[in-house]
Amino acid sequence: MGRRAEITELTRVRVLGFIREREAIFWVFIFPMVLAAVLGFAFRSGKVKPSKIAVVDSEGAAALVELFNADPEIKTELFATRDEALAKVRNSAVDGMVEPDPAGGAPTLAYEPGRAEAATARLRVQRALDPPPEDATETLKLDRLTQKGSRYIDFLFPGLLGMNLMGTGIWGIGFAIADVRRRGFLRRLLVTPMHKSSFFAAFMLSRLVFLVMEIGVLAAFGAWVLGVPFHGDAFSFSVICLVGALTFAGLGILIASRVRTMEGASGLMNLTMMPMWLLSGVFFSYERYPEALHPLIRLLPLTALNDAMRAVMIDGNSILTQGPELLVMAAWCVVTFVVALRVFRWE
Amino acid sequence: MPDPSANHEPAVLARGLVKRYGDLTAVDGIDLEVRRGTCVGVLGPNGAGKTTTIECLEGLKTPDAGEIRVLGRTWGDDAREIQQRIGVQLQETEFQDKLSVFELLRLFRSFYRNGADLEEVIKTVGLEEKRKTFVKQLSGGQKQRLSVGCALLNNPEVLFLDEPTTGLDPQARRRVWEVIESFKGGGGTVLLTTHYMEEAERLADDLVIFDQGRVIAQGSPGSIIASLHAESVVEFSLGDGGPRTLPEADLAALNGVRSVRYEGSSVVLSVEHTQPVIAALFGLVETRGLVLEDLRTHRPTLEDVFVSLTGRHLRDG
Repeated sequence: MGRRAEITELTRVRVLGFIREREAIFWVFIFPMVLAAVLGFAFRSGKVKPSKIAVVDSEGAAALVELFNADPEIKTELFATRDEALAKVRNSAVDGMVEPDPAGGAPTLAYEPGRAEAATARLRVQRALDPPPEDATETLKLDRLTQKGSRYIDFLFPGLLGMNLMGTGIWGIGFAIADVRRRGFLRRLLVTPMHKSSFFAAFMLSRLVFLVMEIGVLAAFGAWVLGVPFHGDAFSFSVICLVGALTFAGLGILIASRVRTMEGASGLMNLTMMPMWLLSGVFFSYERYPEALHPLIRLLPLTALNDAMRAVMIDGNSILTQGPELLVMAAWCVVTFVVALRVFRWE
Repeated sequence: MPDPSANHEPAVLARGLVKRYGDLTAVDGIDLEVRRGTCVGVLGPNGAGKTTTIECLEGLKTPDAGEIRVLGRTWGDDAREIQQRIGVQLQETEFQDKLSVFELLRLFRSFYRNGADLEEVIKTVGLEEKRKTFVKQLSGGQKQRLSVGCALLNNPEVLFLDEPTTGLDPQARRRVWEVIESFKGGGGTVLLTTHYMEEAERLADDLVIFDQGRVIAQGSPGSIIASLHAESVVEFSLGDGGPRTLPEADLAALNGVRSVRYEGSSVVLSVEHTQPVIAALFGLVETRGLVLEDLRTHRPTLEDVFVSLTGRHLRDG
């Protein structure tokens, strides 16, 4: 039989091994859907979220509560003592605490200026206490956007796709290799005339089979259930998924190229993925990290994948505009492959 | 087919094989030859260097010194060609749990240029009823036969088996033997390692006995046993005083005793002529006022040869 038969059989065995593993199905398909749904729900937008203000129940409190409640963007809660109210501020249950001045002067607002919600509350409280005179000229016109693509879930979903491609690539390949090595199956293959290149090719091909299923299922869920936009063209989207999958497949092979135990493998995998979960802009934008770190963060493969994914899905850009991101991924892919094949331990 | 000149060569040949792991010399200058159409058994306790040797011959390990030729070729020059023509069963291979017997065999079949019919192999290893069963649902014996089946898919000229029945119950062991015998019956060459002398005696035409990385005896089972020059082994124990109440010198002096050994509570004699020795033994015991207990005789076995050569049992490891 020829090399093609060999690759076909090796790939078939990989695919069968995967789809017969119920846990793997859960982690690849079900888990990301649940995660997207839960996060999308928790951070849903659309309605204006009112600021929550604790008011200390002393003289003048009733008037303040009445004033605030007239504003639909402020919700108040009365507390008997200052300490009780402050405790609520400290654990972020409310966005600020207002205490009337017994002498009849201006009330005091206690808040944490570093919290975005608290800063908003401050402006709203200020506005309620100090409305602009009716004859004032307009200084700002408001245009309320309700367009798709600006919600948190729209930001989150491409990141989840990227994270899933990373997870299935690294776990799917790294774990499978560590497992066949532990079982002594690698040595058994070594005494056959199998071409080593076929062995790796089968991992790549099986990865592509899963990729189509994985992206298909998740994208359908995102589009129909969560209403996430797919503004870019299908070709650009496919190329990015493909390049991303190959990149993490290379990383998976590299991680598994020498480990002897499953524990060693999973430790190394988590060590590789953990920084990218945090840095690469999955759940929040990496813009929140200091500017000086951005160039380094952008060199991580998951950052490149997420940036390209968002550029295509949200901004509707073509793959052609994503040169630097593709280059970063391609470089990771080539380097990890070359190193992995050199250091790979068959015995 | 291989070129005819190659047929004069032995199927497997090793000369001066040495393999070290750090300070430990696992294989210490071994010579081995397997003629075509024969079965050679490598017998020895655990740690004798059997597995290291067979894995060098299979091309899995590179020896530190010595020469290896398999089917007239060397691993350095013709690895893939050798791999096309040999079948290998390794000592411990766990196959993927959720693959069926048929799927696994089909995978291995795809590695070979030409080879056996899948269904034929499934029949040979007696797994017809299990062809759709997942590996993890097979018994130990069935897994072992599947493992041998994977080694038969290319109709190999030489079959390497590393302890093919270790850990199996007697029934399962016999079924594996039947598979190996059917391969031998078809003219195949076999090299197998084992620490069961029963297995070695049943399957092997020639034996090589290993101890501590060296060959300590070699030849057909009959000739190795004959090398003891003993007609039988006489074993007995003595009443109260224990075996050493009969001094070794007295026993060795009996006409026809070739060797004396104390083993636990027993005395073991290798004897050339059984009947006169037993008669003389009774006399000796009588004059000393001792009581003979538990007297047994048996034909010498490979185990007796191993013990007489090394002072240890095969199973001691």
